[in-house]
Amino acid sequence: MSQFTLNLLVICASFALYIGIAIYCRAKSTAEFYAANRGVGPVMNGMATAADWMSAASFISMAGLIAFTGYDNSTYLMGWTGGYVLLALLLAPYLRKFGKFTVPEFIGDRFYSRTARIIGVICLLIVSITYVIGQMTGVGVTFSRYLEVSNATGLWIGAALVFCYAVLGGMKGITYTQVAQYVVLIIAYTIPAVFISLQLTGNFLPPLGLFGTHEGSGVAFLAQLDGLVTDLGFRAYTEHHNSTLDMVLFTMALMIGTAGLPHVIIRFFTVPKVSDARKSAGWALVFIALLYTVAPAVGSMARFNLTATMWPGAAQGETFSQPAVSLADIETSEDLAWMRNWQTTGLLNWEDKNGDGLIQYYNDGAAAQATALAAARTSGDQAAIDAAQAAYDARLAETHAALPGAPAAEQNWVGNELTTVNNDIMVLANPEIANLPGWVIAIVAAGGLAAALSTAAGLLLAISGAVSHDLIKGTLRPNISEKGELMAARVSMAASILVATLLGLNPPGFAAQTVALAFGLAASSIFPVLMMGIFSKRVGKEGAIAGMIAGMLSTILYIFAYKGWFFIAGTNMFPDTPDAWLFGISPASFGTVGAVINFAVAFGVSAVSKRPPAHVQELVESIRVPRGAGGAVAH
Amino acid sequence: MSDRQSSNAYWQANLRIIYICLAIWALVSYGFGIILRPLLSGISVGGTDLGFWFAQQGSILCFIALIFFYTWRMNRLDAEHGVDE
Repeated sequence: MSQFTLNLLVICASFALYIGIAIYCRAKSTAEFYAANRGVGPVMNGMATAADWMSAASFISMAGLIAFTGYDNSTYLMGWTGGYVLLALLLAPYLRKFGKFTVPEFIGDRFYSRTARIIGVICLLIVSITYVIGQMTGVGVTFSRYLEVSNATGLWIGAALVFCYAVLGGMKGITYTQVAQYVVLIIAYTIPAVFISLQLTGNFLPPLGLFGTHEGSGVAFLAQLDGLVTDLGFRAYTEHHNSTLDMVLFTMALMIGTAGLPHVIIRFFTVPKVSDARKSAGWALVFIALLYTVAPAVGSMARFNLTATMWPGAAQGETFSQPAVSLADIETSEDLAWMRNWQTTGLLNWEDKNGDGLIQYYNDGAAAQATALAAARTSGDQAAIDAAQAAYDARLAETHAALPGAPAAEQNWVGNELTTVNNDIMVLANPEIANLPGWVIAIVAAGGLAAALSTAAGLLLAISGAVSHDLIKGTLRPNISEKGELMAARVSMAASILVATLLGLNPPGFAAQTVALAFGLAASSIFPVLMMGIFSKRVGKEGAIAGMIAGMLSTILYIFAYKGWFFIAGTNMFPDTPDAWLFGISPASFGTVGAVINFAVAFGVSAVSKRPPAHVQELVESIRVPRGAGGAVAH
Repeated sequence: MSDRQSSNAYWQANLRIIYICLAIWALVSYGFGIILRPLLSGISVGGTDLGFWFAQQGSILCFIALIFFYTWRMNRLDAEHGVDE
């Protein structure tokens, strides 16, 4: 059976399962549509939350981010899991006790203000829609690689599929579909990791293999990896290089951003009891940790295997004991077919710059100079080309002199010849790099799709709830019937699928930056207002509204100032480099500062405005005690 | 003891547990994983140091333990104060 047929078979089988579940669990009431009738047990809900949370970014991108940066990107591992502690301790049990359907509804009731509720809806929509676009793009890429269709066709197939089970099933259908998707994605992630860990370290548990001994050389695996990458002029894998302050702030932004993501929070509305909300956050983290403790092993081992592919000597720990991989091998060898497959997607590329028939992969440290040289060549000005060429050669000579023990001079290297390696291919290409059987590759494809689709469905549910429940029922047409509201929820979900697909078809080229925006906004607007709503009786509507606006605006302005207005290239006011950042704080980390601004403004304004009315004080008293949650009704 | 006093005592006890849990939460991630890593560099773990292990494995395991500890402790507290479901 060909690899293509195998991929098709496994992917179609997984889809048949999801749609079957959705049809079986069709939602009939608004309570079922928004909160699955609050009948989902904590373990099941934890598994669904894990699938909901782990998106294409966790499944496809994260290990690649760690692979090429090493220790410094541990921020993703800590940040995307530590948020669950905040959820379990500070938000989930109280919001479950409150007993309504959406996050803006809590903001509106607690701060007795329709304006606050609408601002909440706006934050939620910006956060969720930017996220859905990222998922749809991921679906398009995965389909086009594995089903060999165009990116656009892949996107429409994905959209149709999400439409089927999210619109019909609502929260009830989505919950059980997500449980199935979790099982598919965790199997897909761990099977190749177990094989690769066994090959490299002889330990079948990847988290232990990561700290184990490399089979080929008998040296500790991470020490071996450090040695190989520094031989090639890269920074040591396990060392800390970036600013400590920025690392702390970025981790914090990811943690409070996670706790403030509406589609994660609404999952805790579906459990029967307050104590189940706490327990469910714990189970969610257990299921997430299964992937997150494996991811650093996947990243480091993928980096090792890539290096050993480019430098066959590296497999025994001696980088330069054998010459680099030859161009002829890359173009014809059966083992390296994956390189040719990925080259067609444009995510991997190479060029024999010095014409010696070998592809030397190393850090030439001259990426900026190479870009300048290419720009000079397009301008056609001979003097500029000569100057750029001289700068490039000088930089190259500098790196070559610093390379430890590299035969750069005698072998006449003229720059890194593995010209493109996209972070995102590491997880998907991993089984092929390690020569694993075809069925493993097919399962990884199905797992990537499960991760993207389950998150897209959860986000769409949060969006449709905000539109139909908060905007239409809460503001525009309070008298709408339950049937009408259910219809409005489904129509708004279908509309958001359409919008996300259209935006995914014409990616504005900012998928990566928008993630910073989504987390920054969730961290700076939603998380602080929810926390103050529960833990302070003093903060009233004036404080909450002023705080949300201050937190949101400062974060948006800071990101746009460095990334360009609405991410349009060239409109940024300052260069996006660590030297230009305020106190060295990167735009992606600014959500933490935005949250601090939000808290400060809210408490400042509350100190000079009226205390919240008595019924709100009682509401806060009541959400603080678990008893009576079962009696809290939908309306 | 009136209802109000009891619920106040319940809330204060809850806050104390939250403070303790958050202190550990910050210590294992921001502390051992990032800021205090140079201090732990003497303790080697599989080719690197303890700080690296906390950043990529240990903090996550501690987070799980913390949530289940909090759940267990709060269930007991809920029962003691008669506010369980």
